[in-house]
Amino acid sequence: MGVEGIGARVVRKEDKRFITGKGRYVDDIKLTGMTHAHFIRSPHAHAKVKGIDSSAALKMPGVVAVLTGKQLVDDKVGNLICGWAITSKDGSPMKMGAWPAMAPETVRFVGQAVAVVIAESKNLARDAAEAVVVDYEELPAVADMQAAIKAGAPQLHPEAPGNQVYDWVIGDEGATDAAFAKAANVVKLDVTNNRLAPNAMEPRAAIADYDAAEEHFTLYTTSQNPHVARLVLSAFYNIAPEHKLRVIAPDVGGGFGSKIFIYPEEMVALWASKKVGRPVKWTGDRTEAFLTDAHGRDHITHAEMAFDANNKIIGLKVKTYANFGAYMSLFSSSVPTYLYATLLSGQYNIPAIHAEVVGVYTNTTPVDAYRGAGRPEASYLIERLMETAARQLKVDPAELRRSNFITQFPHQTPVIMAYDTGDFNASLDAAMKAIDYAGFPARKAKAKADGKLRGIGVSCYIEACGIAPSKAVGSLGAGVGLWESAEVRVNPVGTIEILTGSHSHGQGHETTFCQLVAERLGIPISQVSIVHGDTDKVQFGMGTYGSRSAAVGLTAILKAMEKMESKAKKIAAHALEASEADIVIENGEFKVTGTDKAIALPMVALAAYTAHNLPDGMEPGLKESAFYDPTNFTFPAGTYICELEVDPGTGKTSFVNFVAADDFGRLINPMIVEGQVHGGLVQGIGQALLEHAIYDANGQPVTASFMDYAMPRADDVPSFNLSHTTTLCPGNPLGIKGCGEAGAIGASAAVINAITDAIGKNTLEMPATPDRVWRTIHAA
Amino acid sequence: MYQTTYHRASSVDEAVSLFGKSSEAKFLAGGQTLLPVMKQRLAAPSDVIDLGKIKELQGVELSGDVLTIKAATTYYDIMTNADVKKAIPAIAYLTSVLGDPAVRYRGTIGGSIANNDPAADFPAALLALGATVKTNKRSISADDFFKGLFTTALEDGEIITAVSFPVPAKAGYEKMRHPASRFALTGVFVAQTKSGEVRVAATGASQSGVMRVPAIEAALKANWSPSAIDNVTISASGLLADIHGTAEYRANLVKVMAQRAVAAAR
Repeated sequence: MGVEGIGARVVRKEDKRFITGKGRYVDDIKLTGMTHAHFIRSPHAHAKVKGIDSSAALKMPGVVAVLTGKQLVDDKVGNLICGWAITSKDGSPMKMGAWPAMAPETVRFVGQAVAVVIAESKNLARDAAEAVVVDYEELPAVADMQAAIKAGAPQLHPEAPGNQVYDWVIGDEGATDAAFAKAANVVKLDVTNNRLAPNAMEPRAAIADYDAAEEHFTLYTTSQNPHVARLVLSAFYNIAPEHKLRVIAPDVGGGFGSKIFIYPEEMVALWASKKVGRPVKWTGDRTEAFLTDAHGRDHITHAEMAFDANNKIIGLKVKTYANFGAYMSLFSSSVPTYLYATLLSGQYNIPAIHAEVVGVYTNTTPVDAYRGAGRPEASYLIERLMETAARQLKVDPAELRRSNFITQFPHQTPVIMAYDTGDFNASLDAAMKAIDYAGFPARKAKAKADGKLRGIGVSCYIEACGIAPSKAVGSLGAGVGLWESAEVRVNPVGTIEILTGSHSHGQGHETTFCQLVAERLGIPISQVSIVHGDTDKVQFGMGTYGSRSAAVGLTAILKAMEKMESKAKKIAAHALEASEADIVIENGEFKVTGTDKAIALPMVALAAYTAHNLPDGMEPGLKESAFYDPTNFTFPAGTYICELEVDPGTGKTSFVNFVAADDFGRLINPMIVEGQVHGGLVQGIGQALLEHAIYDANGQPVTASFMDYAMPRADDVPSFNLSHTTTLCPGNPLGIKGCGEAGAIGASAAVINAITDAIGKNTLEMPATPDRVWRTIHAA
Repeated sequence: MYQTTYHRASSVDEAVSLFGKSSEAKFLAGGQTLLPVMKQRLAAPSDVIDLGKIKELQGVELSGDVLTIKAATTYYDIMTNADVKKAIPAIAYLTSVLGDPAVRYRGTIGGSIANNDPAADFPAALLALGATVKTNKRSISADDFFKGLFTTALEDGEIITAVSFPVPAKAGYEKMRHPASRFALTGVFVAQTKSGEVRVAATGASQSGVMRVPAIEAALKANWSPSAIDNVTISASGLLADIHGTAEYRANLVKVMAQRAVAAAR
């Protein structure tokens, strides 16, 4: 490897433009004749829309149009879809109500759009929106999912009686019951996984530009997967056929899953741009982000774990209620099922598992994938259970985990997933050593003398990443394949463009993907550029989520590189009058091995394009593409241990130490990996201590601004102590597992386990606010 | 934001005159409350009269046993002022935990007390220290100035020019930060005057805004030490309750923050 190859801590190429304000985000784009959209949103959680009077607004300065949900229906624009079909235990398909992009008749959550004002400026659109009179008839609303499933609760959709979307099961119920029947000990736990608002730094935005002459749309949007957006907009929403719709996702300021989905606003912008004959821009503000970006998590779970007399786990029963909000978002159905319950075996040998998941409609913002998506909920549940079990069985929590670890691979769990490799002891050992686990009791005693309650908490997480083998997800109901594509273009002068279907919105692909090229060809990364985020440039792609871009996207690039290198070697061999088998690539040159004969990459590239002297029958050019479909998920895993102190006077938590020992397989750029882990840990700690999207009983959001919704800040989190233990992933040639979500998946349980250890009480819900912790300490 | 007319006043008299000529004017100090409220379209003043650049409203003076902070002095300038640090270090500390750096560079003491947010820090300092609010018309004691949530004794168009603090024998401030907004979830300012009087004020706690805490004052008057408060009971009745703190929690915080403020007082 060169200094910029695989494993090098290369400074991110893209940061120069980001930190000097030269990024190009959707809102930075201004088109000639562009109009501005402002949505009129429901202030009610549940209401009939009896009428919309826009006559006064239409007379106001700069107003181009006021468009309503009814017009959307009249123009036969399709409803939003959910792309993953889940079947209930009785064999029936999931039950879904229609989700129109603007509500023609009924609004079902605060913030749902009913109309849009198109005007010459954003402020003129806002002014006119205040003059639009919407006649609502309020209906009873239900925001709490336990209330929503009770008899007599307000009903959201006639298609889903009892507000139930599905009642899904996985695992072997009989075998699990049998295990519990012979259990020596049973550990029970109720947990709530709190609802979160994703809060990417850049709010969502869209610009739609309709070209009437070509009958062609261009959509600039804040998307993690522009090709999927085009596919869905074309195939289901009746916007335009794919060749008449270009989707561009330029620089995007964070996603965390929330920008995977197709939202009403970009659909309406496209439709409106054709209606008004001018480009339409919408940029959401932070309030709209809180009200309309798909939320995350929101589970209520009862779980029981059965142990034999030797403290070996013999069975696990889980029943989870998952809140979907008012509508089924694009991939929402898969999150509490195939992305959650398939990970319930954790790092442990559990011979029998049975899980049931009930999906529930409520009058709240729709819920979908958010960093980790189902896997944080599974990991939190299992790791809280293990901690509870250790306390109940009176054994050391780390040793209880160790004695139940899976140590033989591959390992088939009872819940679909087959773990390919791992070394759970290695990461547990590394984390225990890093935090001086053995020395904790002495530190706890010393803290007690100082009036502080000190606790330690372990979390051994596993996740399924590298999403995903198309055949596997297809068999589980996914409406898309989850391969990735890549194209390598060697220019005539030897510089290289990599086109990828992955999308970078903070992950650093413009650096890491170049490092693979640098590794293989021995050229500096400055000679390589990454092209992504434009359906007219990149042939197709599935985008970035589920820690898939390196494991799947980079492998596709590798496959395309191998094809390109093979052709380049033929050209080099021809030029050097050598055998193709003797050509090796080193330091940007094609060399005849064992000789001093060599031809530089630019000369090979030039030969490919001048085409004067190519091997007989060879096509000119040097450009190859590849599609890569993984054969299995990847399984990043690790141990996080958190040591903290609780102030008994205020209930406030202060971190003493936080260690993370992760196994991500091969690391391309350790610095970027560390950044990903830091961010994930902060989000996990945010969930554990601070963040909670709350509604009152009538469905009014209580936390729709940063004045109420507590985001973690730098002084809320500790400096992290990171390390890596590595087992290479056998499922892809680079041995990569993925690192984007681990921190958010594993951190929450470590924090809550540590606080409950500190205060000596096992029941504590997230977020563990000082008030909640103080009340728990002082509860009878 | 709705259309508004911005005026930069160069003197207090000019600001008063501009105010008189406008239909619905608002004075702008540091803008840390008014501007977000205007952006949310919850306020729509016809005219905004900026007091921030008026020279006579800037600066700190220490004269004998009185520390005077002019109304448009920013938190940052207060936090770093040598006289403040020497005379009443508890005020320098209070500004150091007020908001974040961006807020501290813009926000002003006059703006804070004129707004009288029930969770703002400065009202507690004024009340506990027995400060006097100087306006373009009169002097108002802190006890008479704060009238409940977002309400003060100021009349329409009246401008705060300065706040005078008698230098105490000892004073301390401790706050539990609101985890989202960083206002005071509850903050307590304790002061012992040079004549031995004890005054304690709590912010962020009461439904009626900043308040004196007589039970703690009595305990500290008898014995100026954190342990003197051990047996004081603070009632949760009338205290604020929200998602970040129940009334019972805030009652506990009044006591705990008071103890820590006494421990930190100098």
